[in-house]
Amino acid sequence: MTSETSQRPTEEPGAGRRVLYCHCAFARVVDEGVKEKVLHGLASSDLAFDAVPDLCELAARRDPALGRLAAEGRTEIVACYPRAVRWLFHAAEADLPEDDVTIHNMRDTEPETILDRLLGDDS
Amino acid sequence: MSALSDPTNPLDANRLRVLLDAEGSRRAELLPRLLAQGVAVTATGSGTVAPLDDAELLYLCDADDSAQSTVEIVAGEGEAEGISGSRIGIRGLDADSVADGVLERARGEGHGEPAGGWTPWFPVIDYDRCTNCMQCLSFCLFGVYDVDDEQRIDVAQPQRCKTNCPACSRVCPEVAILFPKYRHGPINGDQVQAHDVEREKMKVDVSALLGGDIYSLLRQRHERAESRFSKERDDDRALKERQRCLKKLQEDLDIPDDVLSSLPSAEQIRAKAAARGASVSPAESTDPATAPTTSEDTP
Repeated sequence: MTSETSQRPTEEPGAGRRVLYCHCAFARVVDEGVKEKVLHGLASSDLAFDAVPDLCELAARRDPALGRLAAEGRTEIVACYPRAVRWLFHAAEADLPEDDVTIHNMRDTEPETILDRLLGDDS
Repeated sequence: MSALSDPTNPLDANRLRVLLDAEGSRRAELLPRLLAQGVAVTATGSGTVAPLDDAELLYLCDADDSAQSTVEIVAGEGEAEGISGSRIGIRGLDADSVADGVLERARGEGHGEPAGGWTPWFPVIDYDRCTNCMQCLSFCLFGVYDVDDEQRIDVAQPQRCKTNCPACSRVCPEVAILFPKYRHGPINGDQVQAHDVEREKMKVDVSALLGGDIYSLLRQRHERAESRFSKERDDDRALKERQRCLKKLQEDLDIPDDVLSSLPSAEQIRAKAAARGASVSPAESTDPATAPTTSEDTP
């Protein structure tokens, strides 16, 4: 699994990729300012994406959307630590593929960096 | 995690998914409010979105046509799969009205609170590190853990976990239990560093130094203390000592006050241990490496 890659997308933003954004709505562990900037940047772009209130909650429910997302590949997940995200998906019986998945960590990465990686020059 | 079928379980609530068809600043205005209400949102645009699932779909369209209708929706570029959903025009409505309307609809159609009123705080196991030692199963008094069909440790009842209590992760000798919403690493999922592992090894070494059976030693210590107290009984001193030990344990394991006050009674623990003992087959119980420990072994 690729984590926090520093490579910029070399293709049209959004083409063929799926982006999942976690709002971590039920805890204060992700800086509100970071979440706000990342969400605003994504929403202001033309990129199609899925936004969920809380990935932990989806994993606890074993939400089938996670399984389908994991199975599709070419996914970028904007959430928290890659180790946590990977095992949350496992808990939801939706193992992420070892590669073809990029996890952007809002707990330790600047929002501008995340948006740059997601949107390239459009951010 | 095993299937959840308890009708009172917040995780059993039906879900509502919103498909948001709006542009730029309008998306930016609506998304935070919908997410804050606990609603999953698929924002349309260029590119693809998550495949469709069985969740009920509410299609919010920021177009001039504000009439409600049922329409054929194609979610995402390149996904030809059409689905039916309720289409609601939201042009001219402020973001709070839209979010409140979605929440009302969710409640009115039996979805309950989108988040189920439950804070999603529960342990997540890093199976790359877990050795299936069952320490967590022995330690947790709230029935969060169980073993699966292959006798592997499993977070069977995540909704039973006590919010903000990371205590089981602090007793895990392999740093294998995560709480993604915890403040500090590596429990929050941050990389495990060499000094984290060393710290856990020290716990194991202390146990080994004490003869490998720390619980037996604790029992012996308890018996010695009982004998001593019977000779020089001082209830106040005993109570103070107990409170001091409990306070230290609470600090060491970062246990919130409300968790300590909601611990099951000794009778409940004994009943749980008895039920658990009855469910373990003789073949399993003779293997000390895999047999879950009983509450007698629980600190």
